[in-house]
Amino acid sequence: MTLGTWLALFVALVLANEIARVLRQRALKRERWRRFFRHRTAGGGLAILTFLVIIAVAAPLVAPYPPSDQLDIVRLKNHPPSWTFILGTDVFSRDVWSRVVYGARVSLGIGALGALVAVSLGTLVGAVAGYYRRWVDAVLMRGVDVGLALPRIFILLMAVALWDGLPFWILVLVIGLTSWFGTSRLVRAEVLSIRERDFVVAARALGAGTSRIIFRHVLPNVAAPIIVSAALGVGNVLLLEASLSFLGIGVAPPRPSWGNMIADGASSLYSAPWTTLFPGLAISLVVMSLNAVADGLRDALDPHEEAA
Amino acid sequence: MTGWGWLVRRLIASVAIIFAVVTFVFILIHLAPGKPCSGQIGEAADPVACGQLIREFGLDKPLAEQYGRYLVALAHGNLGYSFSHHRPVRDDLAETIPFTLQLAGAALLLDFLLGLGLGIYQAVRVNRMPDIVLGNVTLFIYSLPTFWLALLLLLIFGEKLGLFPVGGPNNLILCPVVDSFYCVADRVWHLILPAATLGLVGAAGTARFQRAAMLEVASQDYVRTARAKGVPERRVVLRHQLRNALLSFITRFGLAFPFLLTGAVLVETIFAWPGMGRLAVEAIFARDYPVVTATALIASTVVVTGNLLADILLGIADPRLRVQDGADAEMVTT
Repeated sequence: MTLGTWLALFVALVLANEIARVLRQRALKRERWRRFFRHRTAGGGLAILTFLVIIAVAAPLVAPYPPSDQLDIVRLKNHPPSWTFILGTDVFSRDVWSRVVYGARVSLGIGALGALVAVSLGTLVGAVAGYYRRWVDAVLMRGVDVGLALPRIFILLMAVALWDGLPFWILVLVIGLTSWFGTSRLVRAEVLSIRERDFVVAARALGAGTSRIIFRHVLPNVAAPIIVSAALGVGNVLLLEASLSFLGIGVAPPRPSWGNMIADGASSLYSAPWTTLFPGLAISLVVMSLNAVADGLRDALDPHEEAA
Repeated sequence: MTGWGWLVRRLIASVAIIFAVVTFVFILIHLAPGKPCSGQIGEAADPVACGQLIREFGLDKPLAEQYGRYLVALAHGNLGYSFSHHRPVRDDLAETIPFTLQLAGAALLLDFLLGLGLGIYQAVRVNRMPDIVLGNVTLFIYSLPTFWLALLLLLIFGEKLGLFPVGGPNNLILCPVVDSFYCVADRVWHLILPAATLGLVGAAGTARFQRAAMLEVASQDYVRTARAKGVPERRVVLRHQLRNALLSFITRFGLAFPFLLTGAVLVETIFAWPGMGRLAVEAIFARDYPVVTATALIASTVVVTGNLLADILLGIADPRLRVQDGADAEMVTT
């Protein structure tokens, strides 16, 4: 680690802390967001996530070495953590810290994009099923029943096996396509109750089109559960990607993802535990922060609390 | 009473779901590139032997015909013949399922006992020190990737402290078969780390869930009434709060099965536990079609049965759901 990278890391820490502080200060002005920060863990989670996103964006500044560089395969193999390599080096003499930093790009990217695919699809299917009801609902929801009964990890293993050297975006798509079933059920139940409310009936009476009613009148009112399930979804997708990469079929090396770093490190678990521990800790930290933020969001967006 | 009609409809739906899952998996695994014999004889498969295998198992026939023959065999209770293990799939399953049941059973026990206990304890001490500490601990454990926790436990308790074996289901030299008290103890000893991995993550989730359920019930009028009329605190918690909070726990019980199955795939791989999850992963990589479809069949059956069981138990436990029409009862539970 050079002075520059330490400095960049310090700036990132301060910046994350500052963003979280500003958000908190602005939040205190509104009752809804005050409820979010009443969860002590939610505020902390937000700060951690901000920090990791900054690090992922500014990876070249924060990482002292390129992530896939084999620094010295003879002398620096499985080097324990030191001041030069704060998280040690792995079995191919690559700097673990640099790989964790660049891995954040890949892992957070897959998590966010995969959850985006899953939540969009789930919302769309749930809204259509809940709005049209009758046979559309029956067909879609029976499909969701099947989807929920699929042993997902088997399906992913098989789908991934269809490609050799899976492209990144296909992996995102496949994970997203197998993760939307729960969201669609949630959205459908909400839409079913909202479509009968007076303001929707009024909109229909005024001649609003179906898509306008769904997107302008119904969906904004089911935003709360969608946002919460999106926050949880990012964590779930990230865990799924890590599991797949651990089985050796997720993100293809040498590109680092936290999952394939654990897979690489597992073979030298006893002699060089740091290669396994730190990427796993990064995953746990992100998923924990997301769960905490989801807890806070659930309280902040809960309409029952609004009335109270 | 619409109960029986509801049950019959649910049973038919369940069978239909399992059928759809098996069809989907059948198509997907047959679409995957690679031939079953490359996993069996190695990468440099003998083309003659390979061709013979493909002909004998009818793999050169159109997919629709293969699917038809598969269904006919399935209707006769025949799951097929494993390409890579050279024996009926039934034998493969008979050998691996007991191991998965032992692992899942032990994990489930830890999950529910620890999770329920912690959840109730936290709800009783809500917003005080023990609740806050346990809340943070369960949030952290709940967020751990199971396979990473498995490696962590393996490193600490298996390698560094040497308290538990690092893998395998039993001591191969002293206990090749489990036939004595010593060997049963040996099996339990081997079971602790993998079961703890799955059980701890599950217990953390259960505790969070149960705490929330207890607190939701705690604000109900009948709980306040019970307290007001002088029912002892212990009885209020156990009789009035817990009994009603357990209703939502039943739904969670049904959802625990998919988690255990998914987790088992990775945990069995890490601990060299010869269960069904590991069998399935190996079969997918070896393109052992009959084993893949059979394990998918079992996995989806378990998931669907878990949901059905939870709904039935909920109907028994909560009389409010019984008087309603079948369709409504289904909606409440899903």
